[in-house]
Amino acid sequence: MLHMTHLSKTYRTALVETHALRDISLHVKEGEFITITGPSGCGKTTFLNIAGLLETYDQGEYLLDGQDVSQLGDYQRARLRNQKIGFIFQSFNLMPDLNLFDNVDVPLRYRGMKAAERKRRIEEALDSVGLLSRQKHLPSQLSGGQQQRVAIARALVGEPRFLLADEPTGNLDSATAEGVMELLESINDAGTTIIMVTHDPSLAGRSARNIHILDGRICEPEDAALTVIGQLDSQGRIPAAKATSTAILP
Amino acid sequence: MFLYYIRLSLLSYKRNPILSSLMVLAVAIGIGAYMVIFTLNYFMGGDPIPQKSEQLFHVQLDYGDPALSNLDPPPQLTYLDATALLGLSRDYPHTASSKFAAVLEPEGNALRPFTVNGRGNYADFFTLFDVPFLYGSGWDRSADENYQQLVVLSQELNERLFGGANSVGETILMHGYYFTVVGVMDQWSPVPKFYDVNNGPFDPVEEAYVPWPLIVSLELPRSGNTNCWKAPEGDGLQAFLNAECAWIQFWVQLETPAEQSSYQNMIDNYARSQMDLGRLQRPVDKRLFTVTEWLLEQEVLPDETRILSALAAMLLAVCLLNTVGLLLSKFLGKSAEIGVRQALGAHKGSLFIQHLIEAGCIGAMGGLLGLGVATLGLEGVKRLLGDLIVTDWMHLNLSVVVVTIVLAIISTIVAGLYPIWRACNINPAIHLKLQ
Repeated sequence: MLHMTHLSKTYRTALVETHALRDISLHVKEGEFITITGPSGCGKTTFLNIAGLLETYDQGEYLLDGQDVSQLGDYQRARLRNQKIGFIFQSFNLMPDLNLFDNVDVPLRYRGMKAAERKRRIEEALDSVGLLSRQKHLPSQLSGGQQQRVAIARALVGEPRFLLADEPTGNLDSATAEGVMELLESINDAGTTIIMVTHDPSLAGRSARNIHILDGRICEPEDAALTVIGQLDSQGRIPAAKATSTAILP
Repeated sequence: MFLYYIRLSLLSYKRNPILSSLMVLAVAIGIGAYMVIFTLNYFMGGDPIPQKSEQLFHVQLDYGDPALSNLDPPPQLTYLDATALLGLSRDYPHTASSKFAAVLEPEGNALRPFTVNGRGNYADFFTLFDVPFLYGSGWDRSADENYQQLVVLSQELNERLFGGANSVGETILMHGYYFTVVGVMDQWSPVPKFYDVNNGPFDPVEEAYVPWPLIVSLELPRSGNTNCWKAPEGDGLQAFLNAECAWIQFWVQLETPAEQSSYQNMIDNYARSQMDLGRLQRPVDKRLFTVTEWLLEQEVLPDETRILSALAAMLLAVCLLNTVGLLLSKFLGKSAEIGVRQALGAHKGSLFIQHLIEAGCIGAMGGLLGLGVATLGLEGVKRLLGDLIVTDWMHLNLSVVVVTIVLAIISTIVAGLYPIWRACNINPAIHLKLQ
């Protein structure tokens, strides 16, 4: 369902050219659970943003469900995001002045759905993450783990084809992170494709496929293993590194 | 989605109450100040008798000094011309009128004698200008011709003399003569006082109205502007009446273009006859003016109001520039939310509309508060000018209220265009990661 071929992305300023992604090729099948790992700044989030149609790329080809996304305008990209993609962020990104019901309602609003149908879906989504009884609460009244569950409900409410999760457990303690991970696995078991960026090798190890990015490129499995083994910090995480390639322009 | 966006706007207001209130205040001050001047201009420069302003014509003749050909024709008529035109235009509703000031001696001891501002006018004056009556009516033309001592009182004078009761048939003693009350006017205060803009276009209407021939026959003390380009030849009233002195306003109602053309020919012929006699020496092309033309011709709206309008517009612009800055700060502060909404499926167009509505809500609130500022401003103007001109008309009517709100909304939306454009063109990816 997701085909990226020879994808490259370079950020340019007047003085500096930064190659965030270089010649990335990746094919993701329906129902897969893929984790993306790599040191900070290696291009994981750029990859996720391009996959989620939040950023454009410079070279290569990206087909989403067989559709070439390079020619799509803002309106069509927004529509694809709304209908096919669910986002989960490290810092939850809930809207602080909307209650849980209204937070989960946001993607459905942009779909122009009738009120009754929205209500049904929102209640189902909140129920699936165990927070239906707290639908009138504000995000600030919830714990971090609960907020991430709301974010997952918001990502799921539109019944997307795949979820993009950017370090969804990064701001959670290990017990809560385990709960969120189990929730994501159950969502994947139900058929939703998931691509998850993580720094945590133990979480990466639970996915069917792990893609390691280094210096803007996808590494061979053995290189990835060496990198991971060689660079784990005391907490078993891959430390930050200057992993992308930066060139000073003449 | 409209109601959803309204709700989001109110939530956004609550999220940044100080910043939002500053914007509302900036809009309110700018709009309020502008609306004070707008209201003054609206009433001072408005059409005081819209139902027939295109049928009422002020008559002007150029009898002025031939040595000063660059001077505008005098706005009023001489006694000779006015009486001549009264005879020539009997087929049309018409009136000559002029001001007088006479001492009124109330019956009994309750009130002491006082000076009354009055007007001598022909019978048609009341129907010509749609004067409303509380009791009775005006008089007919025969009363003018027969020098009947009749009077129409203003509501205020009737209140003062008769306690507001129906005084038709009562008599009053004015300038030593008895006048019988035939009518009491209802509230009537055309702004500007178009039928006599030469004697204070924003003065209150007169308190007592008598048949115009009585001004001469009873020698009621004339008041108001009198312009003579040649000194009267001799002393006394008759010499003054025969002199080239203009002190009379003349109006006629002409309903059709044919009537207007016919009347124009008639006064042209009259002017030519007077030129033949050597009286009129400066022919002018135009002698008939509609109400609106006459107000423009006489520049009733003072230059100061134009300057004030410009100053108020500049103040509004400054307030809106401040609003631009505050909106920029507010909307760029929402970059993370905008990024999340984009990730969840909002396209730039829908975000643009959402924030336009938010700016519109701020404008509407600013407009409502601006109404309060404008009301206070008008009260200030009333206190400032209350002794000089009639100020009853200085209020916010429905039209002004609607204009205020609409202007506030549109201004704030225009002020918000750049901040909204900036906010909607952020790179969502950056803000999603930074949140």
